[in-house]
Amino acid sequence: MGRYVVQRMGYMVITLLIIVTITFFLMQLLPGTPFSNPEKLSERQLELMSAKYGLDKPLAIQYMTYIGNLIQGDLGLSFQSEGRTVISMIGDRIGPSALIGGQAVVIGVLCGFILGVISALKHNTIFDYGSVFVAVIGMSIPSFVFAALMQYYIGVQWGLLPVALWKDYSYSIMPSLALSAMVIATVARFIRSEMLEVLGQEFVTTARAKGITEFVVIIRHVLRNALIPVVTVLGPLTVSIMTGTLVIEKIFAVPGLGEQFTLSILVNDYSVILGITLFYSALFIFIVFIVDILYGILDPRISMGGGKKDAA
Amino acid sequence: MQHNRPKITKDLFVHEPMKKRSAEEIEGPPSSFWKEARVRLFKNKGAVLGLIIIIIISIMAIVGPMMNNFHYDDQDLLRSNLPPLVPGMEWLGLNGENSHGTNIYEENSITDNNAWIGTDEFGRDLWTRLWSGTQISLFIALTAAFLDLVIGVLYGGISAFYGGKIDDIMQRIVEVLIGIPNLILIILFILILEPGVTSIILAMVITGWVNMSRIVRGQVLQLKGQEFILASKALGASNSQLIWKHLIPNVMGPIIVTLMFTIPTAIFFEAFLSFIGLGIQPPLASLGTLIENGYQEMRYFSYKLIFPAIVISAIMISFNVLGDGLRDALDPKMRK
Repeated sequence: MGRYVVQRMGYMVITLLIIVTITFFLMQLLPGTPFSNPEKLSERQLELMSAKYGLDKPLAIQYMTYIGNLIQGDLGLSFQSEGRTVISMIGDRIGPSALIGGQAVVIGVLCGFILGVISALKHNTIFDYGSVFVAVIGMSIPSFVFAALMQYYIGVQWGLLPVALWKDYSYSIMPSLALSAMVIATVARFIRSEMLEVLGQEFVTTARAKGITEFVVIIRHVLRNALIPVVTVLGPLTVSIMTGTLVIEKIFAVPGLGEQFTLSILVNDYSVILGITLFYSALFIFIVFIVDILYGILDPRISMGGGKKDAA
Repeated sequence: MQHNRPKITKDLFVHEPMKKRSAEEIEGPPSSFWKEARVRLFKNKGAVLGLIIIIIISIMAIVGPMMNNFHYDDQDLLRSNLPPLVPGMEWLGLNGENSHGTNIYEENSITDNNAWIGTDEFGRDLWTRLWSGTQISLFIALTAAFLDLVIGVLYGGISAFYGGKIDDIMQRIVEVLIGIPNLILIILFILILEPGVTSIILAMVITGWVNMSRIVRGQVLQLKGQEFILASKALGASNSQLIWKHLIPNVMGPIIVTLMFTIPTAIFFEAFLSFIGLGIQPPLASLGTLIENGYQEMRYFSYKLIFPAIVISAIMISFNVLGDGLRDALDPKMRK
């Protein structure tokens, strides 16, 4: 177990380093300069600006400096927002994103769980078909289409919730709902298939044969075993939520990380793009790592020696 | 014990006329794996419906732009922001009235060439743009899925077939690649390659093949250990015979299923990129750009958003349902 954790952490560091390298050099290929209105600047001014941000040094030196600073938790200065560090910009923006992302996970897991359980217990009935249908819709309709339609009907036509912006709590409801559609669908489908599989196993028949009530069979034997693999969807869910926040925050004008990212792309703020990319990647890698470890702890059948990979 | 036993004589027994080898007779004609799969697939109503919708939308994507006299980039400011109007279908809301209930067609006395689902702010016919947009979106998705398929099958196949050191190295690379959130990589690549059909496809393929390669590798590894491969090897089959006769046909099912799920993902990514302004550039249309456009003006011209939203949702739902159906049909063991 210990060896496995260390090995996985090694991989995490290597993966992150590769991502830093790829993104750093990709950034150099981007068209345009990182400064706003470069045509208005004199040559001397440009030189001074470049010197300030370290852009006059050779690429290799810039790369080494970046890595060096990164280890100390310094992501550099924003090119577009005067005097702001990238780390503080990420820090300012993380709150709203975490709030809507977190709410989406809670709503999604709860609703998905209920749908999935109903679906499995009432297998091949109208309830099952109904929740499968909801799940397929949730999987299929792109989150931004869903968000746009919600904004139009709930916000504009019916006026139930604020259309956009970020003032009080009620502003976070619609973005969270729009984000949760995907989560509901993923969780519902997963729980359904896991439960159906467990329901067909012999220990469930044994439990029933012993005369335990159906309720206890479901709670003690089926759900407990069906829930373990659900942990594994957390990785893909993180990705879909991150993807979702990029557009959802744009649509609902939420001042979150995703909105900052799309904004930085438009204004060529390289250091911020690089910083947010790294942040997202690190978050994703970290969550996948946690999920794998957790899964190994919860399910003793999984070997930690790496044999799991080949079982797929 | 002198019972009155009935006497059993030999003539009480009559021979049943015996058909030869009746025990080995199989009921019904023998059916192959693919035939069975087809039967199973067509029993699944959802999947069949999905297939039909996909076929209809594909046909419309080709025929749709030719159904009226407009070209997807014909601008005509006199006809800008016309609401949808289809004579005889007014009850569906296609009545030529704007959000205030005034009939724009009567107001501007436009009598010929009504726009079926409206026009955009430059007076471009949305029906034509919708279907040529669908065409581009489907083209991007199918090309990306095909490239994913080729690269993924080759990579996964080689990795699993040769095993050992080659497999080790190739899998380390894959492990790093799946660690990267692909959307972010796609966005970075688009920024460098500048937006367009080719760069969207390339950016999607750069990370897209990994999933396919993992599925293929897993399947091939499983097959490699089975007896029929060993038997075939013992009988002197060459590598290419092994690959073409045994491995590929057996891996085909999971490949098709994965492909079916790759296509909607690709459609989603294209629409997503276009939506955040990194996709197809005007005057070309794709489902993503149409939705983005419609979204900007949905307050007053909701028809601009609703029709592309319906088409993209229909495509995505159909592919997902068909994919589920195919998985059930091709892999009865996985049937849930």
